[in-house]
This record gives sequence, structure tokens and C-alpha cells, in this order.
Amino acid sequence: MSIKLEHINYVYSPGTAYEKQALKEISLEIQQGEFVGIIGHTGSGKSTLIQHFNGLIKATSGALYYDGKNIYDEGYNMKELRNQVGLVFQYPEHQLFEVDVLSDVCFGPKNQGLSKEECEERAKEALGLVGLPEKYYHQSPFELSGGQKRRAAIAGVLAMRPGVLVLDEPTAGLDPKGRDDILDQIEYLHKNTNMTVILVSHSMEDIARYVSRIIVMNQGEKMFDGKPKEVFAHYRELEEVGLAAPQVTYIMHALKAKGMDVLTDATTVEEAAEEIMRSFHD
Amino acid sequence: MIRDITIGQYYPAKSVIHRLDPRVKIVCTLLFLISLFIQKSILGYLVATIFLGAVIYMSRVPLKFILKGLKPVIVLLLITVLFNLFLTRGGAELVNFWIFHITEKGLETSVYTGIRLIYLIMGSSIMTFTTTPNSLTDGIEKLLHPLNKIKVPVHEVAMMMSIALRFIPILLEETDKIMKAQIARGADLDSGNMIQKAKAMIPILVPLFVSAFRRANDLAMAMEARCYHGGEGRTKMKPLVYRGRDRAAYALTVLYMILIFVVGRYVPFHIWIF
Repeated sequence: MSIKLEHINYVYSPGTAYEKQALKEISLEIQQGEFVGIIGHTGSGKSTLIQHFNGLIKATSGALYYDGKNIYDEGYNMKELRNQVGLVFQYPEHQLFEVDVLSDVCFGPKNQGLSKEECEERAKEALGLVGLPEKYYHQSPFELSGGQKRRAAIAGVLAMRPGVLVLDEPTAGLDPKGRDDILDQIEYLHKNTNMTVILVSHSMEDIARYVSRIIVMNQGEKMFDGKPKEVFAHYRELEEVGLAAPQVTYIMHALKAKGMDVLTDATTVEEAAEEIMRSFHD
Repeated sequence: MIRDITIGQYYPAKSVIHRLDPRVKIVCTLLFLISLFIQKSILGYLVATIFLGAVIYMSRVPLKFILKGLKPVIVLLLITVLFNLFLTRGGAELVNFWIFHITEKGLETSVYTGIRLIYLIMGSSIMTFTTTPNSLTDGIEKLLHPLNKIKVPVHEVAMMMSIALRFIPILLEETDKIMKAQIARGADLDSGNMIQKAKAMIPILVPLFVSAFRRANDLAMAMEARCYHGGEGRTKMKPLVYRGRDRAAYALTVLYMILIFVVGRYVPFHIWIF
């Protein structure tokens, strides 16, 4: 159940004064069970890219294979694709509409044609996964706090039990605890259900902490694609395009420059601490 | 998806029409619209066509874009033309088939009405294509300024208009986002009968209204935070001032009006189609 993009190009409003090439020759493959991070400055094409994954945007040219089948083929079942590839947009709480939280989360499963009981069962499971207490189930989603709304909205996508979960900045505007809670839940899901997770984020710390592969987008092109350590080793180039490496990577570089015998490829605080301890013991 | 809808869309280009004062464009467009209705001769339409063509040429807006603006009203246009064609009586009968009767007068009226409507839309879309919504409201505010004396809240109305205009693209974008989010959750917006389709709109309309109110609230707060208190004593960063080209545009339009008036009314040169 891999997602494979071949020479994807996408042009916004072709033939008008507002024409803009948002994606240029993107080729990449994401395997089942990967945890991929996508980073890039604002307007680099991240959001456009992820909307290709479930066919919301059709590429101007190129091919996208899901599970070996080209989704642009005539007669391809887009609805099934969208059941498989769950997409959580930026500020997903803006899509809530139902009278209570439980029925809002039921919206996705209901569209999949499940019975009322099954829908509710899945909704409760999903709400449990995002850690929204049961007392909120029958409240209006508009009465919840920002973080709770976000959880309810993410549950709305999880309830469809997608094989691939794509999240566009799921933690934007949340407090540190809310952010960690949501990302920890996603990591838990990834580990326990072998779900593919694609995470778009502006926080290098979050990316470094959770993902096993990073795709860097710059002006519609794929700039880097590799393990966090490899990608963040290019921190100078990343800075040039408005990105950065995690703060600890800079600390390691600074320590090295001051003469400490450390490797500079640490990307999380834990790794850095370990590396510094090791250099003391040597 | 939904972003392709054009409502009074601005087409950025560098042309003399773009640079004209919005007041000039509003007044001249109005005059042009009036000119379409005060005359009724083929020669008059010829003059109007030349005038419109020249303005379109000068504006550097591709003709394709202006014609695209006709698309949404094509049904209305057809109905008007057909009604005129079949229901106007007078003159010699040209076609008499079953319940359809086409008379000379009917044909004439329907052709002229069609041309009038098309020119009306093209003329006003040239204005919206070459003027940003903001300068358009600026122009309206300045034009209506004298009404302040009879206690019409001109500034407030203009402010409401510019806010409404400013929010159109934002709400369109928001609609686009919400639609995509619901489609991603399996919402089916296209199939089903009327009632099912209407029901399918609920997941889009509710979040859209919520977000519109949220944005309105935020904007009101931001305006108050900057001490906005209405139009009294308020100055403009870029006050509208007439320049040479604006006066020239007025002069040309007035000249055109006189020409139309003379040609359409007093030149006994009616070339009828038949």
C-alpha cells in the first residue's frame, strides 16, 4: 500500500494572470508504515503536495500510484482512495458542523456506508485514541476549547480507519501540552497499527522527534529526501530557504567548534544528551 | 475548484485604463450604459462598438476574459432575446409557424436588446476588470460624498462595501477548504437528487457561517483596537485627485455621448435590417 508519485507537476489557474506552478517534477515513494515529515517554508508547495495524496487535487501532469494503481486512470474509485488516505487539514476544527461531537465524528464512517452502531463504535474508538473524555461526546463541538475541537476533528478522520494518515500542521496554534499529546497519540497509532503517517510541520523539533524520514520542499521542488540526520546535516542550505535544523543540532555544532569531541548529527534532545555524556566518558 | 468563480474580478495589467481615477471609470461606465439605451439605430450601435472596442483594446484585458463574463448570464440573455423575438408584434410578419409568429419589429427589438445586454455586461466588466474593488469603493465613496449633507452615512456604507468585497475571496477560499475537508471525509457533493444535494451542503454551510461570524468578530475587534470610529475627520492615505488623463477620459466620453445622441436620434439614417 505504497504511495508513489512520478513526475507530478501542478499549475494553479493555468492560462490566467495568476498562473503559478506549485509543484515541479515531484517524484517520490512512501512505503506502508513509514512516518514521514514534510517541511518547507510557507508557499513551498507542501499543502498542494499532500492534497495530491488523496486525489483532492489532480496533477497537471504526472502519475500517482496508490497500491500500484494509477489514481488518474479512468474509472478509478476516488471514494475508496479517500477512505484509505485520511487527510487532516490545517485547523481541522473549522470543519466541525454537527449538533454534537459524537455525530460529527460519525460523519466520515457514515459516508463509508456503515451502520449507525458501527459508526458510533468507530467514533468512540477514535475519540478514545485522541484522548477526548466521554463527557464531551454529547456536547456541541462549538462549545469545546480549541485543543478539544482539534482532537474531535482529528478523530473525525481517524474514525474512517485510514491506512495512511496525512496531517497538515496538526499542532499549529496549540499549547505545548496539547501539541505533545496529539503527536504522542499519532506516534502511538503509527506504532500499533502500522499506519503510514505523513506529517507536515514547521517545527523542526517535532519533526526530528517523531519522523524517520524528511522530505524538504522548496519552491515547488523536492529539495532533500532522507533520514532526519542526513537532512539536518544540510542545515546551512536549509537556512537559506527559510528553514532550520533543530536547536540541539546547533548546540552540538557550537560545542564541536569550542573543541568538544562530539558528533554533530544529534537531532533530538535525548540524542544530544547521550552524545555529550559519551564524550565525557571517553 | 471553487476559486475559479469570477465575481467582479480584477485583471492586473499596466494600462492607461487601469490607471484612471475610479470615479472616471464609474461615471463613464454609467454614461456608456445610458448611451446604449438612448438610441436605436444601427449606426449608433456601430459607434458604441467602436468605443467599447477601443476601450477594451486600451485596457489590455484579453477579450477572452471579458467574453467569459457573459457565461453566467447567457440563459437570461437567451430568454430575453427569445421573448422579444416571439412576443413583440408589429410590422410585416416574417415567420408564421404553429404558435410562433416572428414579426419585423420583433426581430429588430430582439437583436437590439441582445446587443444592449451584451454591451452592458461587457462595459461594466471592463470597469471591474481594470479597477480593484478597493479603489472602486473609494470612488463610490467620493462620488456619493455630497449625500453626507442629507445625513446619508456614505463613509459607513462604503466601508461596509469594501469589507464585503474584501471578504469575498477569503470566504471563497474558506469554502474551498471546507469542501475539500468534507470530501476528504467522504462527503458526496455531486450525486443524488435535489434534496440529497441540498442536505449535502449542510456540512459546508454550517462551518462556513461559523467562520464568517468568527472573522467578522475578529475584524471588529481589530478595528476597535486601532481606534476606528467612522468617517468623521478621517483622511485618506491616497486621496483621489483628477489628473490629465482623467480629464481626457471625461472629454472623450462626453464626445462619444454627443456623437451617439446625434447619430442615434437626429441623423435620419435608419438602416433597418430588412
